[in-house]
Amino acid sequence: SEASLVRLYRRFRDLDRNKKGYLCRTDLRQIGALAVNPLGDRIIESFFTDGSYSVDFSGFVRVLAHFRPVDDEELQDPKAPEPLNSRMNKLRFAFQLYDLDRDGKISRHEMLQVLRLMVGVQVTEEQLESITDRTVQEADEDGDGAVSFLEFVKSLEKMDIEQKMSIRILK
Amino acid sequence: MFFQIFVAFSPWNWLLLLVALKYSDASSDLNFANSTAQQWNGNSNARFAAASTEPGERISVFSLDYDYVQIPYEVTLWILLASLAKIGFHLYHKLPGLMPESCLLIIVGVLVGSIIFGTDHKSPPVMDSSIYFLYLLPPIILEGGYFMPTRPFFENFGSILWWAGLGALINAFGIGFSLYLICQIKAFGLSDVNLLQNLLFGSLISAVDPVAVLAVFEEARVNEPLYMMIFGEALLNDGISVVLYNILIAFTKMHKFEDIEPVDILAGCARFIIVGLGGVFFGIIFGFISAFITRFTQNISAIEPLIVFMFSYLSYLVAETLYLSGILAITACAVTMKKYVEENVSQTSYTTIKYFMKMLSSVSETLIFIFMGVSTVGKNHEWNWAFVCFTLVFCQIWRAISVFTLFYVSNQFRTFPFSIKDQCIIFYSGVRGAGSFSLAFLLPLSLYPRKKMFVTATLVVIYFTVFIQGITIGPLVRYLDVKKTNKKESINEELHIRLMDHLKAGIEDVCGQWSHYQVRDKFKKFDHRYLRKILIRSNQPKSSIVSLYKKLEMKQAVEMVEMGILSSTAFLTPHQAQRIQGTKRLSPEDVESMREILTHNMYQVRQRTLSYNKYSLKLQSSEKQAKEILIRRQNTLRESMRKGHSLPWGKPAGTKNIRYLSFPYSNPQSARRDVRFGEFTGDGSSESGSPSTMFNTHSRTGSLQERWLTQETIPMKSLHKGGKPFNFGYQRSPSQEEHTGRVRRAALRPKPLFHAVNEEYESGEESEEEVSPVGSRWTTEHRNVKEHHKSHSPLLQRK
Repeated sequence: SEASLVRLYRRFRDLDRNKKGYLCRTDLRQIGALAVNPLGDRIIESFFTDGSYSVDFSGFVRVLAHFRPVDDEELQDPKAPEPLNSRMNKLRFAFQLYDLDRDGKISRHEMLQVLRLMVGVQVTEEQLESITDRTVQEADEDGDGAVSFLEFVKSLEKMDIEQKMSIRILK
Repeated sequence: MFFQIFVAFSPWNWLLLLVALKYSDASSDLNFANSTAQQWNGNSNARFAAASTEPGERISVFSLDYDYVQIPYEVTLWILLASLAKIGFHLYHKLPGLMPESCLLIIVGVLVGSIIFGTDHKSPPVMDSSIYFLYLLPPIILEGGYFMPTRPFFENFGSILWWAGLGALINAFGIGFSLYLICQIKAFGLSDVNLLQNLLFGSLISAVDPVAVLAVFEEARVNEPLYMMIFGEALLNDGISVVLYNILIAFTKMHKFEDIEPVDILAGCARFIIVGLGGVFFGIIFGFISAFITRFTQNISAIEPLIVFMFSYLSYLVAETLYLSGILAITACAVTMKKYVEENVSQTSYTTIKYFMKMLSSVSETLIFIFMGVSTVGKNHEWNWAFVCFTLVFCQIWRAISVFTLFYVSNQFRTFPFSIKDQCIIFYSGVRGAGSFSLAFLLPLSLYPRKKMFVTATLVVIYFTVFIQGITIGPLVRYLDVKKTNKKESINEELHIRLMDHLKAGIEDVCGQWSHYQVRDKFKKFDHRYLRKILIRSNQPKSSIVSLYKKLEMKQAVEMVEMGILSSTAFLTPHQAQRIQGTKRLSPEDVESMREILTHNMYQVRQRTLSYNKYSLKLQSSEKQAKEILIRRQNTLRESMRKGHSLPWGKPAGTKNIRYLSFPYSNPQSARRDVRFGEFTGDGSSESGSPSTMFNTHSRTGSLQERWLTQETIPMKSLHKGGKPFNFGYQRSPSQEEHTGRVRRAALRPKPLFHAVNEEYESGEESEEEVSPVGSRWTTEHRNVKEHHKSHSPLLQRK
């Protein structure tokens, strides 16, 4: 909505230290809470598509648009491209967080890394390994040892993604 | 009269006996107003003594002293009647689907009441309000609070508070005022009921009763947020209605309506807040105290349940003493306690607490409903058509108004609004219960000449809501197709949920927005840093992912064993062919004997149902079982860590009679396991399947050769390459004896710090297989492989 766009723009300007007109990685890293967030780096990375070094406002907004709450009344026009905050796209975004090398699959190794990031507490390496194995196993249906996007979607079909990945002020 | 019959009948018609005795119990003890009963009882005793003793001074061979055991006797009989009614209810299969249990209990109560009334033409005993509030209500609330899933509760906390608080107020005042207007109409003969009395009635009738609500909703399983709203509302609006009730009683006592000043009204409002917050405050304090105490009880674990129960009850009593909300106190106490106490108590205490709580609450609830039924019959009523009907109508109307308006407002603030369907269910869940009834009964007769009318109206509303709404809520939920609860436990979900939490928190930081995720985060950190250190015995910071993982593994282990036992030997032969030579083969007789041993001694796994059903323990079932096992495991771990034991090797095989899984503990790993791990990684990487872990469980018979393990990988690989669609991975069998040579024991410590070992396994070298929650199609292959490995150490394979 209008109001939220304005708010985001103000935020964008606040973050942009040197008034460059775009954000680079260091700007985002300045956000304190993000630094302690285990997924902080990955989140920052997700803003910068294709390895670019800067993100302008539209890119900024585009990423954040994934988190708009889903609006039930919006009828899906099959011909128009899916809105960015649809469930599929939200899931795609989340998928990107896992899949660093963008090969379309979460390999075991990538899963392990994410797991290691999130579970920090006195967990041994083997435990992590077996947890990863189990995770991959649970989701993996075609037995290729990695979780493709569709498998990812399927494993989360019961979960209320729309609610979990929605930020109210972006409505 | 009845006692004579009692004596005369040797083949006792025990039901009649029960009823009769209850009648005598009831009429003699529980009816505090009924003094004639005492005389009657005295009469019967005297008569009895006369009948059985020889007239004069002889020693009586057979005499009866009823007075001595009277009170406990009666209480026991009442409780027994309640339990029998419940059993009967469940025996008849169709009935639970038709109506909630509470309905049946009320019916039974009415029957008993009418028998009593019919035979004695006296009003049967009415449940004493103090019995209700002091003894019957706390266990139910405690159980509700203890087993409440806290996370959804706190996520919806704002909405719940908003809805419960304002909803109760709107309802109370709305009903009160509308009834007052009705009373003004001369035609109904109600003009002596003034505004205050109406308001009071409104306040007591608007109280949704947690007991009744839970009873009604046990069958209709709705999704979590909805359940939270309903349950939260039921819990919270008690405080409001009782406060209102007390305030209005105080006003009534001030005699003159005109004396009420705005100051009083303000004071009333302040009182709400104090009552609510005070109750919660005391609850939390007591929760912390009990958690702290359980920290030190490792040697006297028998008193742990006692501490838990006593402190919760104490919190209730203390709150009630100070006119604070006891219900809120006990809820807060339960919620606080649960987190910390669970980690401190031993496994048996944990189980005890759980089951005892369920038992207590179940008994209380049954008793409440039966009493309500009993109290209905009698002369306490005054029927006034207008009042009763309008009460009913207004209850529904005002509830509808409050639901829809309040939710309309709160939906603006929620990320995920409640749909109209959800709101309908919430509207429909306004089930009044024994709370209102007791409050109505507590009305002082002097101030309320029309008390009986109030009582009647209350009863009618209660009956209507419990029966009609109770019976129809199931079909209604199905009809409206409300989203059901769907808690599937899988590691994936837990992982992803965690990821999303972090993600959302991160994005919100980017946006500069503060939300409750961050509050939750902060609370968790605070909790970890300070609270846990103080309140928990041995501080093992756990990640919920790891805990869940362990839990699932455990559960699967047990499931696999269960299933593995049932498979036949048929699979053994074909796979023997696939084995590479050199692997030892077990003779079929050995296999048989192993299986037999295991079948007889296996820990039974119950089925899971995923829903909020507080009556059947199925809700807890294997989830909690696995948790129990885990906790036990942890305890064993801790103990052995404390004592510095290593694995008790060399225990004789086949001597165990296990009812629980014990977990031999192998020392925390590192070097050796890494070595093993490295070794097998090589194996693993050569496979194309997704890796699976094999957990070798403990085999004490020591016939295991190290080479078997290696050889097992090979057959597995060959199986795998044979095109079987399972995923086999490298085998991890960290054996701590490994470096001491190829030892027979396979005390292998699977990676996540445990292996589920059934000591039976030591004797029966069964391999266990787990069925992944996703693929039950693995079962057949599992069996194959399992048979395959029967000769080897018991293995936990996970696919």
